[in-house]
Amino acid sequence: MRAILALAWAEVLHVVRDKATLAQVIIVPVVQLLVLSNAATFTIRQTPAYVVDLDHTPTSRGLLTRLTASGHFRITGASGSTDLGNDALLRDNASLVVVIPTDFEKSLVRDGTAEVLLSVNAEKGSSAGIIQSYASDILADYSRELGARLRPGISTVVAPDRAGPLTGVARIEGRARSWYNPTLNYKHYMVPGILVALVTLISTLLSAQNIAREKEIGTLEQLNVTPITKGQFITAKLLPFWVLAMIDLAIGLLIAWSVFGVPMRGSLLLLFAVAGIYLVVTLGIGLLISGRVETQQQAMFVTFFVMMIYLLMSGLFTPVDSMPHWVQVAAEFNPVKHFVSISRAILIKGAGLAEVIRPVGILVAFAVGTFWLAVQQYTKRTA
Amino acid sequence: MSEGIAIEARELTRVFGKFTAVDHISLDIRAGEIFGFLGANGAGKTTAMRMFIGLLAPSSGTARVAGYDVYTESEKIKRSIGYMSQRFSLYEDLTIRENIRLYGGIYGLAKRDIQARSEQMLARLGMEQSADLQVRSIPLGWRQKLSFSVALLHRPRIIFLDEPTGGVDPITRRQFWELIYQAAAAGTTVLVTTHYMDEAEYCDRISIMVAGKIGAMGTPAELKRRFDAGTMDEVFVRLARPATGAGAGTA
Amino acid sequence: MKALRGLLAKEFRHILRDRRTLAVVVLMPVVQVILFGFAIRTDVKDIRLAIVDPSPDHVTLEIRHRLEASEAFTTVAVLRTTDPLDGLFQRGAAQEAIVFEPEFATRLDRGMPARVQIIADATEPNTGSTRQNYALSVIRTYERGLGAGAPGVHIVPALRLRFDPTAESSHLFVPGLMAFVLTIISALMTAISLTREKETGTMEALLVSPLRPAQIIVGKVLPYLAIGFVSVLLVIVEARVVFDVPLRGSLTLLLFEGTLFILVSLSLGMLISSRTSSQRVAMMGAMLGTMLPTMLLSGFIFPIESMPEILRWVSNIIPARWFVTIARSIMLKGVGLDYLWPQTLVLCGMAVVLLGLSTRSFRIRLE
Repeated sequence: MRAILALAWAEVLHVVRDKATLAQVIIVPVVQLLVLSNAATFTIRQTPAYVVDLDHTPTSRGLLTRLTASGHFRITGASGSTDLGNDALLRDNASLVVVIPTDFEKSLVRDGTAEVLLSVNAEKGSSAGIIQSYASDILADYSRELGARLRPGISTVVAPDRAGPLTGVARIEGRARSWYNPTLNYKHYMVPGILVALVTLISTLLSAQNIAREKEIGTLEQLNVTPITKGQFITAKLLPFWVLAMIDLAIGLLIAWSVFGVPMRGSLLLLFAVAGIYLVVTLGIGLLISGRVETQQQAMFVTFFVMMIYLLMSGLFTPVDSMPHWVQVAAEFNPVKHFVSISRAILIKGAGLAEVIRPVGILVAFAVGTFWLAVQQYTKRTA
Repeated sequence: MSEGIAIEARELTRVFGKFTAVDHISLDIRAGEIFGFLGANGAGKTTAMRMFIGLLAPSSGTARVAGYDVYTESEKIKRSIGYMSQRFSLYEDLTIRENIRLYGGIYGLAKRDIQARSEQMLARLGMEQSADLQVRSIPLGWRQKLSFSVALLHRPRIIFLDEPTGGVDPITRRQFWELIYQAAAAGTTVLVTTHYMDEAEYCDRISIMVAGKIGAMGTPAELKRRFDAGTMDEVFVRLARPATGAGAGTA
Repeated sequence: MKALRGLLAKEFRHILRDRRTLAVVVLMPVVQVILFGFAIRTDVKDIRLAIVDPSPDHVTLEIRHRLEASEAFTTVAVLRTTDPLDGLFQRGAAQEAIVFEPEFATRLDRGMPARVQIIADATEPNTGSTRQNYALSVIRTYERGLGAGAPGVHIVPALRLRFDPTAESSHLFVPGLMAFVLTIISALMTAISLTREKETGTMEALLVSPLRPAQIIVGKVLPYLAIGFVSVLLVIVEARVVFDVPLRGSLTLLLFEGTLFILVSLSLGMLISSRTSSQRVAMMGAMLGTMLPTMLLSGFIFPIESMPEILRWVSNIIPARWFVTIARSIMLKGVGLDYLWPQTLVLCGMAVVLLGLSTRSFRIRLE
């Protein structure tokens, strides 16, 4: 016990006296959190749209107005040529092309129906469907408004829309609700994830570099000649970085709450408790890495690459549910994935221990396993 | 294990792949002796020492240090020995006092004892005024002496010194050997490796390693007689070049 | 010229002899594309649906049947009340819930509006919206079937997904992923050449040799450019074979642009390394300066249009950003140099500037 405290205290002194590392551990994550959270978003801002109006009637022009008025679209060009519209898509000057056919107004008056072509660039990925649904909604609203004007006397019937009562014939009224993130704010989704990523990177880097540095300067050998046990040694190495990472987490959460308005619906105590377990895993991984490298540089390299894999496959940026099934199974072995989902569940969905017990259990197993492995791997005597 | 033998080795060997670093060496080092492990760079001195202190497992042969077996009881050995590595292994960004406190804590000494021994040590070395300076700002000679003293902090029976006097001037080297004498006088066994042949004169007995084997062992006087040499340097030269027919020795 | 050839031969020999490093540099992008190509997806599928139906009747059952029959949904729970929903969502057991009003069919028969709530877990906003849309479209289709010949006016949207009708998200991400992994190996190669040079101390020797600084740079960059070309080729093959990403444009153009991009990345690495004497700083700089910004600001995962304006400006100086656009355009849209000349020009310009700055740095070191 005395040995652990003595060594751990020495570690604290090292960190405090190493200005570069201190900056790396506190300032860099804060800056990155602020910058990255603004970059990592799939928010759909105004979509540039190109309109090909082959009708040139008040009705068709009305549709244009509606599109702009919605705020979702920004008309970047209009003409009577579908070729130009196509070109706009090719050059990325527009992501949506709206083609209003000739006889648009006539068809509506005569038959009550007309078709409008909405072409979206598939490169928009998950946004494509949403852009199309925005546009479809606008068409539906416009239909309703036109019904009264173009075909008065016939009761208006509308397709189910998102809000507002119906008039006339009763229909199914579908209301869409967005739970946990009603303002559809991407920051609420990303910030907890980025925070997890930063804390993970820092803790793994610190522990990986630590033993590598001691190897380099020769103090590791000195420690190996003392009667300190492997378990004591590993614990003394982990403890100060564990505390440091927890402090980082606390600072990060403060920023998340005050700067980004991330909700804190669940118990922060639970979050910190789980974080404590999670950090044992990441620190353990760092130690395992450092056991296999000779220099601090190698430690840095290997950590970066390993962590990059963990991070990109953790559902941090893109949802795990979107991955193919076998990859989702592999993700179960990724501790980052579990902590990301736990922190989102606690912060955004207000989950309690009962709801996250399964991933927490997995993390506990990981923590025990990595710690044991780190101790096993460390040898005081070369065979 | 025989009475009064601090370190005992029989046919101790260490190979790395095809290369034999230590080749069946046998020796007995008596308690309280200052034993010099001499030899050229790469002769196997450091490898042999690392086997004694539990940093390296032997490939074959036997050895006992402080009465414990190096194969099965290396952790017990570590409690009874002190070690000063080539690089002095003090933490440069910690102060003198903090380094002492660290190693004291690791060896399980009570706070009171650490305090007391620390004051004694600082007084003896004349470092009381600088006790709160970081090690990186004290001169090399001081670091050397400090390293040595820290290695003795927990009062081990045997102390291993690996090339302890590298890079310092002769006067500092002389002062360092004073410290070694003091430790030996108090009953500590000292095993010191060095490639400075003149330091051999300071030891009670020495062994000279050549290509992993012990080329010669005995007191400096004996060896000079045997090889008909005036200085240890000459002894070494004759030993290392058996072609000159200078009685390549036996262990 | 002869001196340059000698230098090139030496560098090639060094690289080819170091089998392990060579294997890592060539195989790593291949492995990374596979890993990340499978991991970075945004497709919405297998939505876990909870149904809350307090009073099931023929209408609700019909709608439920249609939802279940649709490939998009998997029903995980059928409930009577909404109480368990929170817990289901928090555990991740359910991602969407359909809540029917009681007496659903009765209300419709009486001409009253029958309400159905479509609740989506919107923690990830786009996924949440997409899930809602899927459910809404099922309900709308049913609704349209109810009233044949509905009066009023209907503007019917004809939806088309241009350039990639399959809309697999991997087709979108993999070209961008190529840019990302190529950035990484360029950084790695720079670091390796730095290490070797420092270890063998050859830099000083080179600088005092008759070789001009420009020649030294060419000599150092060219071998890695060759390796980079091999990587580009392998990565394109992978994209086609493993992920079925279409290649509607010219393969030659893509190879050329890829190689140009590697040249830019290597030049950036060269510049960073020529400015710092500390190897550790150089490597950290190469890492942080290339990998992180590329991951986040190049548009490879997160669309540039989604970013706030400042970051959109910043992204313009990241080389990968331009190659992401180029790769996607060539592969998915099939466009050629006539459309892509602006982006290509930017990359060329970056290469020239970076190489020029590196040369100047070396010249300064000589003095």
